[in-house]
Amino acid sequence: MKVNDVILKSVVRGVVFIVFTLGMYLFFAGHNAPGGGFIGGLVLGSGIVLLYLTYDIETVHKGMPFDFKKVAAFGVLLATGSAIASLFFNVPFLTQADGYYNLPLLGEKHLSTVTIFEAGVALTVVGTLVTIILNISEDE
Amino acid sequence: MNNIIVLPLIVPIITATLLVFLNNNIKLQRIVSLITMIFVACISVVLLQLIQTEGILRLDFSGWMPPFGILFVADSFSVLLVLTASIVTAVCLIYAFSTIGERHEKMYFYPFVLFLIAGVNGSFLTGDIFNLFVCFEVMLLASYVLIALGGGKMQLRESIKYVLINVVASWMFLVALAYLYGTLKTLNMAHIAQRVAEAGQDPLLTVVSLTFLVVFGLKAGLLLFFWLPGSYSVPPTAVQALFAALLTKVGMYALFRTFMLMFPLQPEITHTIIGVMAGATIIAGCMGAFAGRDVRTIATYNVIISVGFILVALAVGTEDAMAGAVYYLVHDMLGKALLFLLIGTMILVTGEVVVKNMNGLIRIYPLFGWIFFIMMCALVGIPPLSGFIGKVLIGQGAIETESYVLLALAFGSSIIVMYSLLRIFLASFFGETSINEEDKMPIPRGAMASFIILAIFIIGLGVGAEGLAVYVNDAAYTLSNPSVYIDAILNTNK
Repeated sequence: MKVNDVILKSVVRGVVFIVFTLGMYLFFAGHNAPGGGFIGGLVLGSGIVLLYLTYDIETVHKGMPFDFKKVAAFGVLLATGSAIASLFFNVPFLTQADGYYNLPLLGEKHLSTVTIFEAGVALTVVGTLVTIILNISEDE
Repeated sequence: MNNIIVLPLIVPIITATLLVFLNNNIKLQRIVSLITMIFVACISVVLLQLIQTEGILRLDFSGWMPPFGILFVADSFSVLLVLTASIVTAVCLIYAFSTIGERHEKMYFYPFVLFLIAGVNGSFLTGDIFNLFVCFEVMLLASYVLIALGGGKMQLRESIKYVLINVVASWMFLVALAYLYGTLKTLNMAHIAQRVAEAGQDPLLTVVSLTFLVVFGLKAGLLLFFWLPGSYSVPPTAVQALFAALLTKVGMYALFRTFMLMFPLQPEITHTIIGVMAGATIIAGCMGAFAGRDVRTIATYNVIISVGFILVALAVGTEDAMAGAVYYLVHDMLGKALLFLLIGTMILVTGEVVVKNMNGLIRIYPLFGWIFFIMMCALVGIPPLSGFIGKVLIGQGAIETESYVLLALAFGSSIIVMYSLLRIFLASFFGETSINEEDKMPIPRGAMASFIILAIFIIGLGVGAEGLAVYVNDAAYTLSNPSVYIDAILNTNK
């Protein structure tokens, strides 16, 4: 039986961008407001799962040819890497640096190494979430 | 600021994630994981020396001063355990190289062993009780994977029980933490100890401490060990040895920290209950070891006996008993790892698990047989091997406090340990052999190397007990004088 999911597919095509935007917004908002790597990662991951639900695994894999186990491992590496960077500057473990920089076009912005750590957390969450869902779905 | 303290946690995590990318290159995975463990062992030796010269070290993560930030604390007790854990893991890895099989190696076996040891080291080193919970979880998640890896029917059945019991225990840990935070408003262990001392340990706080006793009792196998024999006998031998050597020890470490540092003021309640539980654990463990027909059951019940034995020292609570407990913890990690590796190899070469069905192994594998004999003598506590000094000191402590029942139980258990292991030795190693010289299955050289390394450490720990005494006495002194630990955390600015 062929499922007629035209409505789902056309809605998802638009909604998935809103989900990803919200995910990125939450990720960056996390610095000074509710949000952060974990929640941003969960939203991004749920967007990817939504794509998997709507289209089949092969189609999504063509667009996103990642091994999500490795995405998670890369995330852990990024987070721990930003944590041990402090060892080389002779400050306590996990110390983060930040500063205000004048960027061309964007003006003065607050940049911080916490963002790298948070990006690691987000990637780990995305990788783990998608790996779990894919494993459950593969198992017949 | 001593960034070196965090290395035993962070180095295994980083190499484990790197190994995920090297999944297909088995040789490189083996080398990297072994080098990591040797590196961590070297780091802990350096730390141990540093503690002797500079006292208890602490590392405040990203510079947040205690009691506000999360911190790692290195005292002799925790670093001795980190050192032993790293050595045991390195040896188990050497054993795994030749026995675990390519299928496991490609299923991320080495990364998960490294995550396990990261959790174990983190639990030993942390100075914040919520962080202890997190490190426990890191260790447990890795152990869930390792117990089910391979997906045999028995493994899946036992892993469901193991996961369920540990999820319930972790939930209770969280509840206990909530009670603790609700009453004391702090999670820093030294700060908890200070506030308990200031407020006096009233009945409410004692009840909170007893919920921790239940949680850590479940993890350590103190009386609540019903999950242990089944789940420790299903995974591959190298994993069994790791579990037997490390996992219950982390629970015991947490019990020592809880009742010697944080809640030491009502010993007539807490330590009496621990004493009763330890005694009952010894009796039940002895019954299991007596009744066991197959070698794995006997070995797992020997783990339970030693849990009871070490916690007798906690129930007694004198400085001598603490020194004995530290010695015995180190000895037991090495001894139990060797016991499980030997038992696993016996099953590997004979294809049998029942004691009666194996015989004459010593004729075909003489060195293997004699290492089994050494290990047996060490676990029983025959001088000059490693179990002796710990047993003497714990016994001395029990006599000082006149706990003769615990003393009798503890030393009676040694006889049962000897009986159960001697039975294996007589039935399986002596007598006529049914395997002939031609079709004997050779013991892999890597496995043999791991036995020899552990046997050398066991003999070395026994003969060189005096050399280790400086560190052990420092550990025992810190354990029995909580103010030393509290001052190092809260009253110094480094």
